[in-house]
Amino acid sequence: MAYKRSQILICGGTGCTSSGSVTLVQELKKECVKHDILDEIEVIQTGCFGLCELGPVVIVYPEGTFYSRVTIEDIPEMVEEHLVKGRVLDRLVYTEKGDGHHPLSISELGFFKKQRRIALANCGVINPEDIDEYIGFDGYLALEKVLTSMTAQEVIDEVKASGLRGRGGGGFPTGLKWQFAHNAVSPDGVKYVACNADEGDPGAFMDRSVLEGDPHAIVEAMSIAGYAVGAQKGYVYVRAEYPIAVHRLQIAIDEAKEYGILGDNVFGTDFCFDLEIRLGAGAFVCGEETALMNSVEGKRGEPRPRPPFPANKGLFERPTVLNNVETYANIPKIILNGAAWFASVGTEKSKGTKVFALGGKINNTGLLEIPMGTTLREIIYEIGGGIPNGKEFKAAQTGGPSGGCLPASLLDTKIDYDNLIAAGSMMGSGGLIVMDEDNCMVDIAHFFLEFTQDESCGKCPPCRIGTKRMLEILEDICGGKGKEGDIEKLQELAEGIKSSALCGLGQTAPNPVLSTIHFFRDEYEAHIRDKKCPAGVCKALLDFKIEEETCKGCGICAKKCPVDAISGEKKKPHVIDTEKCIKCGTCIEACPFGSISKA
Amino acid sequence: MAKSLAELKAIREKKLNEINLRHGKNGYRVVVGMATCGIAAGARPVMVKLMEEVQAKNLVDVTVAQTGCIGMCKLEPIVEVYDSNDEKVTYVHMTPEKVTKVIEEHLVKGNVVTEYTMTVVDGKVIDTTVKA
Repeated sequence: MAYKRSQILICGGTGCTSSGSVTLVQELKKECVKHDILDEIEVIQTGCFGLCELGPVVIVYPEGTFYSRVTIEDIPEMVEEHLVKGRVLDRLVYTEKGDGHHPLSISELGFFKKQRRIALANCGVINPEDIDEYIGFDGYLALEKVLTSMTAQEVIDEVKASGLRGRGGGGFPTGLKWQFAHNAVSPDGVKYVACNADEGDPGAFMDRSVLEGDPHAIVEAMSIAGYAVGAQKGYVYVRAEYPIAVHRLQIAIDEAKEYGILGDNVFGTDFCFDLEIRLGAGAFVCGEETALMNSVEGKRGEPRPRPPFPANKGLFERPTVLNNVETYANIPKIILNGAAWFASVGTEKSKGTKVFALGGKINNTGLLEIPMGTTLREIIYEIGGGIPNGKEFKAAQTGGPSGGCLPASLLDTKIDYDNLIAAGSMMGSGGLIVMDEDNCMVDIAHFFLEFTQDESCGKCPPCRIGTKRMLEILEDICGGKGKEGDIEKLQELAEGIKSSALCGLGQTAPNPVLSTIHFFRDEYEAHIRDKKCPAGVCKALLDFKIEEETCKGCGICAKKCPVDAISGEKKKPHVIDTEKCIKCGTCIEACPFGSISKA
Repeated sequence: MAKSLAELKAIREKKLNEINLRHGKNGYRVVVGMATCGIAAGARPVMVKLMEEVQAKNLVDVTVAQTGCIGMCKLEPIVEVYDSNDEKVTYVHMTPEKVTKVIEEHLVKGNVVTEYTMTVVDGKVIDTTVKA
């Protein structure tokens, strides 16, 4: 590529396109040709900058000059002044709320300002494949403190006092879990510690990030748990789809063994502890604790009835402590800084922080850790940077296939275990998917139920048959075959499954359906009664139409249509053959005049 | 070799000094986000290029390390340069080509390459690489 002295970025997101950025590109190129500088300049149409209210947005590099609300009339002057004479066109530079600037460090961003990193403290800072770096950041100091100066009961009391609750979703008090396993009597004295790293919720990657970024924290925390409950052996159950996490964890285990941190007589004490990785083959149900234990034992990954609880009869019928990756990642920090320090963060009943994987219709997709009690609004608008393309927020989904959707009216909910349950969702492991006005909530419920139905192990009838029946009803509703009474039938089935399924998968599977019915009943009713999908997602309920008055007959849509469903003479309005149309939406994107609609 | 507590303490002090590069000592610690998100965005060639150039230019005071998820997946590959006062500069959307300039300007001459840092307007990071 030839050297370009300047790059001009023009926002090509939906917002800026509708305010005319496409014609700006053409005008800009025309002016550059006029001044004979087109060879020196590269014009790039970019994705949404997230600043739709300032659009169309134009940025000129290398200076990084940020022009807002540029009109086609401004272009000749911009080219002449900025690109030919090299003078910034002050009147168009965005200055209202602070000019475009270059923060030197990522920590200066709003994304990080409301965060508090405890579980992720080392992620993105240390080299995860070098035990010395972990040690350099106070690694294994907590294990040293525990082994040399605390009794097992003192360790458990510290964890209890910290108020730490299970980060895998259930929110059971971790210290209490440890106490049960500590008190449980094993016939031959053998007990186990296990780590649940079978992260399966769609869109969730918290545990993967901890294992990839700070694997030694898990090794250290599991050793501490082993000391507290009297176990000598630990298993980490990781899904095989996480090759980098597995690789780094194995390196960490090997390094710890080499240093004598895992193995016999750690630090010259009587404590002996060893760790082993077990790979999951990808069944979602294996994230459920009893199914996970079956899988570790080499059996079919199906849940067992509880009681007996794992703390009494877990792995190989021995008392077992099973915690999630993120739960463990907090343990060394609690031991080192004290329970009071940890309990000072968070809300009354949910202490500490929570890691979320933020995804969906949000500007700043990423991994974040916030103190419990942060509101959904702060997460979405301050940390997440809002919704792209100037769209309206509709709902946030927490807890994955076990959780529910929180509508705009609950944006000020303070996030903690109990508030989310009160709102009809759950904390879950930390996936947070943001949805905007273009998402159909019936379709979302259908998506999650299809997932859980597919992943149901089939052991208990309520889950195996009940979720199937629910899915069939949802398929009918989305397919335009919904009937009066379907909503009530869904609710009845949901309550039955919730109260009778064997394990957490089935007990929570109806949640996405129930919460969308609760908050978005009007969308269900529109599908059933009016046979309309208000968000324009459910294809069976859509009809694509070309508006006669605005169609210029350019033929672009007909050329792009993959099934040749569009026909018409040049320069005359085209028509769509609804029999042939597969409702793929390609024509809507291709039409330069916005003449094609779906309704 | 099993390590005693005293040996661990020695490692801790030595490493902390290396990582924080002790005040007054010259040099940089360069970390590359190499979690799944970073690798998927192309962090590996960036890391390789960094190591090659540091070695080729014999920059003895520069250490290059991989690290986990820095948090903002959409800005990956991310390279962060920590100076001797533990202040850091974040370069985003890095490529092997950009590495050359960062090495020559920042690591050799000490000048931050502003054009590879983030551009923020109205609190939002402008993503200049995503083509519409």
